[in-house]
Amino acid sequence: MLDGFSAETLARAQFAFTVSFHIIFPAFSIGLASFLAVLNALWLRTGDRSYLTLFDYWKKIFAVAFGMGVVSGIVMSYQFGTNWSVFSDRAGPVIGPLMAYEVLSAFFLEAGFLGIMLFGRERVGDGLHMFATAMVAFGTLMSATWILSVNSWMQTPAGFSIAANGQFVPEDWWAIIFNPSFPYRLVHMVLAAFLTTSLVVGAVGAWHLLRDRTDPEARRMFSMAMWMAAIVTPIQIFAGDAHGLNTLEHQPAKVMAMEGHYDSHPDGAPLILFGIPNTAERRIDYAIEVPKLSSLILKHDLNAPLAGLDSVPQDEQPPVAIVFYSFRVMVGLGFAMLALGVGSLWLRVRGRLYDAPWLHRAAILMGPTGFVAVLAGWITTEVGRQPYTVYGLLRTGDSLAPVAAPAVVTSLIAFILVYFCVFGAGTIYILRMMNKRPATPRLGLRDGPIRTAGITPAPQVERDFIPDQGASK
Amino acid sequence: MIFDLAFIWAGLIAFAVLTYVILDGFDLGIGILFPFGRSDQDRDLMMNSVAPVWDGNETWLVLGGGGLFAVFPLAYAIVMPALYMPITLMLLALVFRGVSFEYRWRVSNKRVWDAAFFGGSLIAALCQGIALGALVQGIRIEGRAYAGGWFDWLTPFSVLTGVAVVIGYALLGATWLVLKTEGRIQMQMRGYSWWLGAATLGLIGIVSLLTPFQDPIYLQRWFNMPGSLFSVLVPLIMLGLSWSFLRGLNDQKDLQPFLSALGFFVVSFVGIGISFYPMMVPPTLTIQQAAAPESSLAFALVGAAILLPIILAYTVYAYWVFRGKIDPSQGYH
Repeated sequence: MLDGFSAETLARAQFAFTVSFHIIFPAFSIGLASFLAVLNALWLRTGDRSYLTLFDYWKKIFAVAFGMGVVSGIVMSYQFGTNWSVFSDRAGPVIGPLMAYEVLSAFFLEAGFLGIMLFGRERVGDGLHMFATAMVAFGTLMSATWILSVNSWMQTPAGFSIAANGQFVPEDWWAIIFNPSFPYRLVHMVLAAFLTTSLVVGAVGAWHLLRDRTDPEARRMFSMAMWMAAIVTPIQIFAGDAHGLNTLEHQPAKVMAMEGHYDSHPDGAPLILFGIPNTAERRIDYAIEVPKLSSLILKHDLNAPLAGLDSVPQDEQPPVAIVFYSFRVMVGLGFAMLALGVGSLWLRVRGRLYDAPWLHRAAILMGPTGFVAVLAGWITTEVGRQPYTVYGLLRTGDSLAPVAAPAVVTSLIAFILVYFCVFGAGTIYILRMMNKRPATPRLGLRDGPIRTAGITPAPQVERDFIPDQGASK
Repeated sequence: MIFDLAFIWAGLIAFAVLTYVILDGFDLGIGILFPFGRSDQDRDLMMNSVAPVWDGNETWLVLGGGGLFAVFPLAYAIVMPALYMPITLMLLALVFRGVSFEYRWRVSNKRVWDAAFFGGSLIAALCQGIALGALVQGIRIEGRAYAGGWFDWLTPFSVLTGVAVVIGYALLGATWLVLKTEGRIQMQMRGYSWWLGAATLGLIGIVSLLTPFQDPIYLQRWFNMPGSLFSVLVPLIMLGLSWSFLRGLNDQKDLQPFLSALGFFVVSFVGIGISFYPMMVPPTLTIQQAAAPESSLAFALVGAAILLPIILAYTVYAYWVFRGKIDPSQGYH
């Protein structure tokens, strides 16, 4: 089925596939790790058991998601070499050390303290357990910082020279790490991760509220999630806008594709709300547009001239249709999230946050949209920077490994089969756990070894249920 | 000058890979021994003995790959396409194996994920051994790229090293379980350790004898300084380790067999290092040629010098927290 494609197309498909699957897990675990740290801190501070119950509930879901993130991440660390070896050879001296820092300062931290966070509360005591939980959360944020610096350098390279052998040679590490698009991308992505997590938590809370609106844990998590949605969404929209302006400065062709501006507009460009890109004729069909609004947003001036793709040589243009659509998906979902956040605030003020089934249904519907928005955003920025791996300097077609197309096809099919089976199963298990009430003693069928012939002693059943031990606390 | 940045980094990468082999070896070994667990309860115990530490262990593999990318990008760019198939297979196998830790507890019929844990561990170990063998055979390079085909890695020698690593990891797994368990399962694993130990030593011997046939230069390196010093020591050290291993098993010691088995791996690894030096990718790419520019090496070294000791400290701490025998009544998290 994939016979007709070149090794380049196949390698790109493989990278897109593996990295798209991978980003789903960090997008969730970055936010969830911080949420867990907050829950644990609140439990230690207030002694309110519902926080501990929620911590133990989300901890198990985190463990499964994190495991999937680890294994799909190991794949990524080798994909550069197996499929993009020329890129690795040439850009390795710059981005390699950043990734080494990610491994050293983030991956080890997460992995080293994860065991203690999951298994060690009784062994190390509350204080050290809190420390371990905070380290896991800190590790996920460190990881995001380094890898976004790497990605941003590829988009807006800085602080390097080019050696005779074609290698990018680092000259100024400060300029490399804090390259022009890095701060914007980092803020945008970390907020996206927090928002994604809060939408998932909110959906799970809403699901349980629809069954029983008195469930104390469901109320608590729904309330926390809706605070996050209400506060973070407006900030995220603002951050996204700032990121867009930064992109306009450094990668104007990407913004032209996002906006669907095939033609230059010397006196004020319209904002195309929707339309169908016509690649052959190089125009947007059936465009619904607001005159001059694009110039207002991008240049803060109704009549500011905006260049279009006609000002960019053909072989330096990104594919327009994908970027155009994915950008609209992301922005559209962003405004839907804003509506959810505002709606929840309105009902909260009126004291009806837990008694509004339509809000709960909307929250459930919005549960997975964070992931969709994250993917759409990444597709926008990654397809939008084509045809380059290092923007303006190294073309994607020149980055490829000397691996024959049949080898790439075989591995691509293997990755597709394995990922759908393994991560499909994982998603089902996670949904199954989410379907249980937070106060359920066991989320899996079993959380520990079963004794002989299925006879599980009574205390074992209650092991990770939280019995009311009043006196012991 | 020998002790330049590239040399230090070659040592650090070697250290990361060795640490990976030491830490993930027993962890994969437990997967390889998984079908021999006599009951669900035994298998739960086997898996729980590594559950808190496995992803820390696998992070060393990411450091090996990521580190190579950072400081020897050319070696990374040549080796990965050359070992395309075994590396990809290993990664897929690690996917199956890694998720089994969590998935097993989430289904009523554990057979599927038991099989995934076993199969994933076995194939990952086999591929690592094959990759090692393929590297020893040498990799054909033209200009700055791999110049061979996509099945060059597959030879009788690389399959032999693959099998050797599988058996060796199983030995590490068995001796780890001797350390971490009690009673029936400990006795069973002690019994396996005898056979696996003998097989491992035999395979190390055969691989060592065949290595000079892959490239005569390897033999030569052993009879030049500083290799020749080691050539005298190696048989003695191996003998000492074997004695300590057998004594440990015979006297029913818990820790000694495991440490001795790790010793087999450390000595073999140093031996490979001596055979390779000063090549990074045999037969033609040297450490110096593969190294990234000075500015990359220096920057990365600052991070490694500060962070590696801290990592080692909290890794030791995590093992310390979960020290001692596994309590069969202790549930999963």
